[in-house]
Formats: sequence, C-alpha cells, structure tokens
Amino acid sequence: MSSIATHPGRQPGRQPGGVPTRLRVNNRDHVLELDPRTTLLDALREHLHLTGTKKGCDQGQCGACTVIVNGRRANSCLTLAVMHDGDDITTVEGLGTPEALHPMQKAFVEHDGFQCGYCTPGQILSAVCVLGEIEAGIPSHVTGALTAAPTCSDAEIRERMSGNICRCAAYPNIIAAIREVAGGRS
Amino acid sequence: MIGAAISRIDGPLKVAGRAAYSYERQDAGPALYGFIRGAAIAKGRITLIDARDAEAAPGVTLVLTHLNAPPQAPLVAKPTIFDRPNPQLAGDGISYYGQPVALVVAETFEQARAAAALVRVEYEREPGAYDLAAHADRAEPQETISLGLPGETRFGDIDRAMAEGPVTVDETYTTPYHLSQPMEPHACLADWRDGRLTVYLSTQMVAPGRAALAETLLLDEDRVTVDAAYVGGGFGSKLYLHAEAVLAALAARALGRPVKVVLTRRQVFTLTGQRPATIQRVRLSATPDGRLTGLGHDVNMQSVATLPWIEQTATVSRSLYAAPNRLTRHYTTDLDLTPGEAVRGPGELPGLLALETAMDELAHRLGIDPVELRLRNDTDIDPELGVPLNGRRLADCLREGARRFGWERRPAEPASRREGSWLIGYGMASAIRAHFQGATEASVRIAPDGRVVVRSDTPDIGTGTYTIAAQVAAEALGLPVEAVTVELASSTYPKGGGAGGSYGAANTAVAIHRACRALRERIAQAAGGVPSNDLVGTARRLFPEGVEATGAIVGQAEDPNFRNYSQNTYGTSFAEVAVDVHTGEVRLRRMTGVFAAGRIVNPKTARSQIMGGMIWGVSSALHEAAHVDPRYGSWVNGDLAEYVVPVHADIPEIEAILLDDHDEHANDLGMKGVGELGVCGTGAAVSNAVFNATGIRVRDFPITLAKLLPGLPAP
Amino acid sequence: MRAFTYERAETAAEAVAAVARTPGARFIAGGTNLLDLMKLEIETPTHLVDVNRLGLDHVEETGDGGLRIGALVRNTDLAADPRVRRDYGVLSRAIVAGASGQLRNRATTGGNLMQRTRCPYFYDTAMPCNKREPGTGCAALGGLSHNHAILGSSEACIATHPSDMAVALRALDATVETMAPDGSGRSIAIADFHRLPGDTPHIETVLGPGELITAVTLPPPRGGIHLYRKVRERASYAFANVAVALVAKVRSGRVVVDRLAFGGLAHKPWRVEAAERLFAEGEDAAADPIADLVLAGARPTEHNAYKLPLVRRTLAATLDTARQGETS
Ligand SMILES: Cc1cc2nc3c(=O)[nH]c(=O)nc-3n(C[C@H](O)[C@H](O)[C@H](O)COP(=O)(O)OP(=O)(O)OC[C@H]3O[C@@H](n4cnc5c(N)ncnc54)[C@H](O)[C@@H]3O)c2cc1C
Ligand code: SF4
Ligand code: FES
Ligand code: FES
Repeated sequence: MSSIATHPGRQPGRQPGGVPTRLRVNNRDHVLELDPRTTLLDALREHLHLTGTKKGCDQGQCGACTVIVNGRRANSCLTLAVMHDGDDITTVEGLGTPEALHPMQKAFVEHDGFQCGYCTPGQILSAVCVLGEIEAGIPSHVTGALTAAPTCSDAEIRERMSGNICRCAAYPNIIAAIREVAGGRS
Repeated sequence: MIGAAISRIDGPLKVAGRAAYSYERQDAGPALYGFIRGAAIAKGRITLIDARDAEAAPGVTLVLTHLNAPPQAPLVAKPTIFDRPNPQLAGDGISYYGQPVALVVAETFEQARAAAALVRVEYEREPGAYDLAAHADRAEPQETISLGLPGETRFGDIDRAMAEGPVTVDETYTTPYHLSQPMEPHACLADWRDGRLTVYLSTQMVAPGRAALAETLLLDEDRVTVDAAYVGGGFGSKLYLHAEAVLAALAARALGRPVKVVLTRRQVFTLTGQRPATIQRVRLSATPDGRLTGLGHDVNMQSVATLPWIEQTATVSRSLYAAPNRLTRHYTTDLDLTPGEAVRGPGELPGLLALETAMDELAHRLGIDPVELRLRNDTDIDPELGVPLNGRRLADCLREGARRFGWERRPAEPASRREGSWLIGYGMASAIRAHFQGATEASVRIAPDGRVVVRSDTPDIGTGTYTIAAQVAAEALGLPVEAVTVELASSTYPKGGGAGGSYGAANTAVAIHRACRALRERIAQAAGGVPSNDLVGTARRLFPEGVEATGAIVGQAEDPNFRNYSQNTYGTSFAEVAVDVHTGEVRLRRMTGVFAAGRIVNPKTARSQIMGGMIWGVSSALHEAAHVDPRYGSWVNGDLAEYVVPVHADIPEIEAILLDDHDEHANDLGMKGVGELGVCGTGAAVSNAVFNATGIRVRDFPITLAKLLPGLPAP
Repeated sequence: MRAFTYERAETAAEAVAAVARTPGARFIAGGTNLLDLMKLEIETPTHLVDVNRLGLDHVEETGDGGLRIGALVRNTDLAADPRVRRDYGVLSRAIVAGASGQLRNRATTGGNLMQRTRCPYFYDTAMPCNKREPGTGCAALGGLSHNHAILGSSEACIATHPSDMAVALRALDATVETMAPDGSGRSIAIADFHRLPGDTPHIETVLGPGELITAVTLPPPRGGIHLYRKVRERASYAFANVAVALVAKVRSGRVVVDRLAFGGLAHKPWRVEAAERLFAEGEDAAADPIADLVLAGARPTEHNAYKLPLVRRTLAATLDTARQGETS
C-alpha cells in the first residue's frame, strides 16, 4: 500500500460530506467518511484497499463478495457500508496470510479448489461459515427432519455453498477441501 | 518435476486474497472511475446526446461521447481477430444492444455510475433482425471459417449414402447463445504518463491485446505496456479487446490521470461476444452392423456482417469417425447482435453436442451399444486429411471409461429403470479437440543474486501456467520448483501465443523447456564444456551480470508435424442422470471422463481443467442459454440469476482421468492442450443419459424440464 | 444509484416519522432487494431510513399459542427457530428453498414480503414496463415469458411475486402487522396483503405510503405434515418456476389436505381455499381435480404453458411425498 502514500490528492475513505462510519475489519478499527451509496464491498475494496473481497456481479447473484459480518456470512455488495457502523467484519485477508494460511485456505490450495481464484475468497469465507451453520443446527433445503440436527454430508455442504458460483467450476475440489476441514473438526 | 501433482505456486496468494487483479492494482496510485452507459436500442442512430447534466454532476471529470471522442482506427474485420482494433464512441450509429454511447469519469465509482444515468440520449430506432430461426432462410455458405479452416469439406456422396441407408439418422439440433461470463468482469486500469500508456488489463492475450489497443488509439505499439498478472477467468471472452480497455485508455489520456473501468455484470452480457446460436443438421448412414457409410454435418449460425465470427462447429465431424461419404458445411445468418466470439470449446462444444447425440440416436436405431458403435468406427488415419491421427487414444478412452463407470450396468431399454420417483439413465459420448500451436517464446534468466526467473507474456487465467512453467523449468535445470520464479503476462516479456485455444500452457511449456536447454548449453559452454552439478553457482561465477536464454516454438503453419499429422486430443465421458418423473427436473448423479492429451505436466491442475470443462459440458446440456428478444434485439436474461449456470448443488462427484500419455508427434515434451478438452462431448453424454432415462429425445438445447414435461409418463 | 441521505432509526415510531417527513424516503432492511434495484435506478429513494436496529428482531409466542415474528427477523433465524421448525415446518422449508445462505442471513421478514418481481424486462430499464414506468406497456407480453404468471395476470402486467416465504405464510394464514406514519397500527390478512396487477402493476401491496411492517403473526399451529416443493431451473439459488406449499394430515396412507398454496404462478401467492376442501375427510386427495380447480381461469403465454402440467405434476409429487409420512 506504499504507493498510495506517494500519491497525494483524494484520501480514500474520507469523502467531503460523508457519513462517519466505524468499521472493525479484521480486528482493526477504521473510521471512514463515506458517500452513503458506498456498498460495504466498495468500502473494503476501494477505500480500505482490501481487494481480497471480489466483485463478481454487484447484484447478490454470485457470492464473490461474501464477507463475515458479526460472525455471519453476507453478500457485501447488497449492503451499505453506513449500515455497518460498529460492526465487526472479517474478510479473506483476516482469515490468514499467504505465509500463515487458515486451515480452509490451506485445504483449498491442497485440493486445487480454484483455478482463476476470483470466486475463491468468497468460497472460502462461505465454507468456514457453512461448517459453523451446520454445527449450529441451522436447517437447509436438503436437511431431512427439521426437528433433528443437520449432518455434515456432502449434500448439505453443496446446498449451503450454492450461493457461491464458480465459473471455472472447481466445485468437486471445493467440496473435497471443505470435507477435509470438516473431518479434521469432528 | 514434470508429472508431479504439486499445488499451484500462486495458490497461497489467491486463497489469501493477495493476488491483485487488474481493477485492484494500486500501481498507478488513486485512479478515477469510469462508468459505461450503453445504448437502449439494438439498431439505429443516436439523434441527440446531451452530457451537460452529467458533466455538472458532483465529482465528474469527463464525459466522453461520440461528439468528443478522440479519433481512433476504424473497425476492420481481420482474420486474426485478437489484434483487431475496437474503436469506441466512433459515431452516432448503433449496431448492437448496449453498445457504449458514453463513458462518464468521476472521482468515485458512485459518482460515475450516477452521472452516467444523467446523460440524455435519444435514438432513432431502425428495424433489425434478431432471430436466427426466423431468418434462417438467409443463410449464406461460408468458404473459410475460424482459424482459416475450410467451411466446406466433401468426400463421396452423402445424399446417396443416405438414400441407400439402410439405417440412417437425419435430425436437426439447435444450440443457444452461450456467454463466457468469467467471474471477474472485464476490467482495465489505464495509466497514461510521459506519453506512455500502461494498462492493467484482464486479458487472455497480452501481445495481441497490446497491438489492438495501440492500433485503436493510433499509438505506436512500443508506447503501450499491458500487464495481466492475474486474470479471473476468461473462457474466450478475454481474447479480444473490449470497450472497457479502450475507454479507460482514452479517458486516461484525455485527463492525464489513471482511470479504471469495469463492466457491470449486465454489461458483460452485452459488451462481450457470444457463442453463436446454431441450427445443425446431422446425417448419418450405417450398415446394420454399425459401420458408418455417410456422415453429414451442416451448421447454420448467427453472425454479424461487419465482424463475422464463424465457429468451427462442423469440424468435429471431420476427424472423429471413418466413413467414405462425408460432407461438412458452415453457413451464417447475419443478425444485428453483438459480434460473436470464442466461448470455451468453440466449435467442439456445440458441434459435439449435435454429432454425439446423433451417434446415440444411431446406436439406438441399430440396437448396438453406443460404446461399441464408436469403437467400430474408430480410425488411425484422418478420414479427410489422409494423414495419421497422432496420439489417437479414442479406443483406450472408450474402454477405460466404460470400465471405470460400470457401463455394463446401463439400462438397455430407455425409460426402464426407476428408483422411487427418479428415472435413471446412462449416457456416453466421444470427444475430440484439435490441438493448436501458436508461435511462442519464453525466456529464462539466472540473475546475479541467483534467482532463476522464467518469463512469458502468457497469462495464467486459472490454467495453472505459473505452476507448470516452474515445473518445466525446474526439471530442465535440475532445480527444485521453489528455486524458480515465474513472471507472466507483461508485454515486456517474451511473446507467447496467449491463453486461448487450450494451447497457452502447453506451448509455453515447450518454449520454456527449450529456453532452459539453451541456458544450460550457454553455461556449459562458458564453463569450457565441463558439466556442473551446481548450475546456479556456476552461472553466478561465470556471469556476474546474470545470464539469459530464450526458447521458442513456431506456429503450426511452419511446423511439419502439423502437415504430417492430424493433431488432436481425445476422450470420452459417461454420465448417469436421474429425471424426476413428476417434474422433469434432471439431476446429474455422477460422471466419468477419460481423456488423452499427451504428457501431463501437472496432473492436479490438469485434472481441474478437465473437470471444470466437463461441468461446462453438463451446463450446455441442462442449463445455459442466453435469450435475445426477437423484437428489441436485447439480451433478456442478462444476469447471473437468469442466465443459469450450475451451482454447487448441481454438481456431484466427478471422476476425471487423464491417460498416461506422451505424444511424440506433438512436440519435444509430448504435451498437448487440456483446457477445453473436458467440455468436448460431455454435453452429449448428459443428453444421451436423459434419453436413456426417459425415452425422450430433446434436440433443442438445453434440455429443460419444460421440454421434457410433454413426454414424461403419467407418474 | 441516485444520491440519497441516510439515517438510522431506533424505534418504529421514529422510523415512520422519518419516512413521513421526507418525500421519496424509504425503509431499508437487509437491502438485498432494494439496493439491487437502486443500482439500476429502478428504485430512486431520496432518503433511506435504516430499520435494522428497531429491536423488531425477535420471534415471540402470542397469547393464543401462535407466533409473532418481528419484521426484522432474518430469514435464516426464522427458518432456524425451533418453534417454527416444530410447528410451522412449511415456513422453514420455504425460506431455505430461497436465495442463498448469505442472502438469507441479511434478508428480513418484512423485506421478503416487499421484494419486487424478477421479471427480466422489469430489470432492463431500456424496455417498456408498466410496473417500472406506468403507462409504457409490458415488454413481457409478446416477449419471453418463460417464468411469468399464468393466473391473476392482466393486460398490463404478467409478472410473478418471487417470494417463497410468502407462499408458506399464505398457507399458514399469517397476518401482517403494520404501523402507519401517524403511529397507528393495523393488521392485514396475508391474503389481502399482495395485490393482483390489474391496471396498476406498480402498486404491489395494500400498504399505504410510509407504512412500516412491524411483525407477521402466525395463528396457533395446525399440526400435520408440512412440505414445500420448489421446482426450478437448477438445484439451488434460483427462483421458483412452480412451488407448492402443503400442510396435510396423513392417515393410513391417505392424504387430507389442510392447506395448499402455490408460488411462481401469480403476482401473489396463490391459494384457492375451495380446492383444499375438495376431498372429504377420509378420502385420499388426488392431484388432478385439485389442480383443475386451482388452475381455473389460467391464462398462460406460449412460453409458460408448461406451468399447467407442471402444477399438476408438482402437486402430485408433493401429495406422494406426504403419503409416505403419517401424522397422528
Ligand atoms: C440472487 C438472489 C436470489 C434470490 N432468490 C430468492 C428466492 O429463491 N426466493 C425468495 O423468496 N427470495 C429470493 N431472493 C430475494 C430475497 O429473499 C429478498 O431480496 C429479501 O427477502 C428482501 O429482504 P430485505 O430485508 O433484504 O429487503 P430490502 O431490500 O431491505 O427491502 C425490500 C423492500 O422492502 C421494503 N421494506 C423492508 N422492510 C420493510 C418493513 N419492515 N416495512 C415496510 N417495508 C419494508 C423496502 O423499503 C424495500 O422496498 C433472492 C435475492 C437475490 C439477490
Ligand atoms: S410483466 Fe410486469 S414487470 Fe414484467 S415487463 Fe410486463 S409490466 Fe413490467
Ligand atoms: S458481487 Fe456480491 S454476490 Fe456477486
Ligand atoms: S476459481 Fe475461477 S471462478 Fe472459481
């Protein structure tokens, strides 16, 4: 990010007349003054330069922009940054670094759960949350009895991951990666 | 090293969100934001354009329209379409829906987008032709098609063969428009400074992209640099220069500040080209024991008069099966749509969907097992070119696939197996894909600090090129993979053929291999012919300034291998589907693909490529179709909610096998392309499985539940 | 997206007052529908009132044994609520059949009811559309209408309402509780909440300007088997072509329909009460006669006529599934 400092002019995240918004992103506090039209996605990408969160459609139709807001996954393209004042946000950068990968990131590399890599941060954050959702007993479309706890089956994982489109179609490898992490947990 | 299933070396960066794609690059400092406004009509003229409100809007620094756009090169239809100029805002004419009519540049994305809506545009609409079927009577035969291939080939007399039969198939298949829709929308960050332009561009083609951009902007090519370090998928759509690049560059030049432009997802539907819709007639005649006597394949596809794109669809029927009487022909019907472009598996995907479904129809009529029918028509000699088919492993793929899949358990009668409310069916198909070779160069250098750096301008669009390049160099230099640094996709690096036609990785690998060989020779020579087991140490000692060598392969036109052999890759796929007897919903249950594509440098990444391709094939059979409104010429289902591609829940476990192979007639490494082979034939395997499950033959792809419902039995 | 001002309300009264104060103001909840439409300038509010922190995010039991669902309860939380899973399974099932996990985490009960059609011509601002721009015509009529309405449509609009949740709420006879700008409340039966398009397809519900949904209440549980069968173009993450919400009693393999509603057919969830009573207690419900009644007056286009057999068949499939269960 050193290049930003060398270019004076506009300050990212400080817009005249912007709405002050406090975001806690990856355990760091940021105070931004944003045009209220700024989506959480664009706040992350264009103002905080956390470009690991991807814009695939800007319409809620692909899942590339998935982030974790207060512990739950959400499409950051369909929510305004100003609506998240005080919220705690985790992006893929907060999950792990190339040198110290999160187990899910590591499993994606190991199982080749991506090709171009553009849907990948969203897949990974979704995957981490999906395992949590199953553990928490949240039902899905393929859950058998609603009154019983869902299991961590491939069918459950596939259904729950379906909001993350991968055009490279790395789907079977993504499931293999998630399965490995899930197996390590139980 | 070669043959090792190592994980992608760019993997950690990608999974940690640290790989910066073009729009994300910070190299140029803060950039302005450009937003494209598209035309609301498909054909006609702009009668009024008024940018005053937009110009006065907060943060706006520039509004470009045809009234103030700088001069650019004219649109020309070059045979080498990747380097053709693509002028924008070049006049008041509108020739396709969504064509850019303005670019609005502002300090923020939000400002640019809002101001783009403020540009007032009025049009005079002209009647246009938008419906292939309705205009099919205007079809024109084509002499030359994509890749300079002949549009028509004819041997013997197909009409007579059909008349004599005794067993024939004569059916028409239709395939819809497909769009590549990579997950990263087309984007460009343009930085103009000191009379030089640098574009961080999401492209599959660095050198041709640079040539096209320079020509469009009337610039010297050596003043333009293209950088595409990470590309979020392309599938054909990033082979070409598109509006976002030209407009970003024009604006950056006009403003003297970096400008970035990304297509909205809806614009990816209107501003990048589509795989043409086709109407295909396949004719087969055979002896009762299943020997083909005739094979005819006629294709009529949508095209655009000014910029024709004629997919090599019927070429799949030229080398796959022996038959004495043969005819393949391509026709086009010009419509007023976005010019067509390559979409993953150009030609093969729609062509094999038709041919291999027709072969299944023939097997059914003959009462011969579909695998057996293909084996009976196998050939070692290209039936049209008369030269050997090198690396012809079709029969191996058929047998291995059938064995792994458990083909012998296939329900012999259509609509005969039921599990609860599911009708179960098996299907299979063969695959063939031409192997290409484009002139490709690469370099390898041992730097003074001992780093080994491989360079090529070929981007890694998910193909694994970073990793494969490191493996090839490591093997050739006798080093561990970690010792090799791979730098790709800058126009300052040696020219590769680009990441298209599946050949990028394979061709680049061969060039790197040769570069490494040359480097070793140079070092050995300098060492007085004494071989060293410390190559890097020797190099540093003898070449304190560093040492570099290049390697190259020639284009296929100059390679005798491509005259003496018919170069292809092969495969088969087998699918099991379940069709809900009530609703006609089709679910893929499992799939096995077996392919032969020469030597595989990295089985892990190659398998991924193949598997992804197979899923594209599934999608072509069951899901994907872009629809044009025949009245307005607009793309109706132009977003990812309505243009249905498979999601996780649609895709089961998939077995993708690459045969242990080495094709000595391909090149020194025995390698061929794998990127698109997986899409070949897989759609037909699924379509044939649906027939086997239901007894219903849908010839209008994709096979949706609405098309199955009329034929389904009362549950 | 046009510029707007933003404020966050802390109470329902404050929220309605804020919207009443500013012409062109709108509530924003999850934002998953509104922001999509604002980016395309199909929606152009001048002021957004954020209702996420009104405290309306609880599911509570009502005095009569039903449930009161706060308008801001997220779809995920509603589907996962143990009482909903136990007593109103059709609602859980309908919700999880819609959208994606991450969308359901944001989407709210009120917003889901208020979501607008997915008609592709509505989304394409270059096309005529009476819903988007009254009086311009309907591009879907005579256009591609694969997933448009077959029931209750008009010459002005043939769009469907895309919500799955609403179909279950219709089957369950839910009531929508609202607060008007003056702070007064009212209850609206879900049957009356969504309107048919008629000549005014741009008016989709009976809510008055600035009226806030505060809750949705469910009457006491009715027991039985709860099923939601959604047919769509891919296995997940797609809107319904046809959906069937069924509450039924099953005794000795015979299905007695209690409640039956359909999605994907009309501008609102479709329920024909008479069809639920076609078969007497003790008879086994058969799909065809029920479907005949439900589909009476259907006006399909050439592209969506497939929905006629599909309704029949999906109903048959749902009854079959029910038949395999048994209720006490
Ligand atoms: C890709 C995609 C796929 C989807 N698939 C499905 C699907 O399969 N099935 C399905 O049912 N849905 C589907 N949805 C729609 C989704 O369920 C809705 O977008 C969501 O429920 C809307 O809720 P929200 O809280 O985000 O509403 P918002 O977007 O915040 O608001 C929507 C509208 O409701 C108004 N509003 C919100 N709250 C209130 C209130 N309390 N009182 C009065 N007015 C209010 C707003 O002013 C606005 O006009 C999908 C959405 C997307 C993007
Ligand atoms: S069906 Fe309704 S929403 Fe669709 S174009 Fe017609 S009027 Fe608009
Ligand atoms: S970018 Fe948010 S879902 Fe596609
Ligand atoms: S890895 Fe390319 S889209 Fe998923």
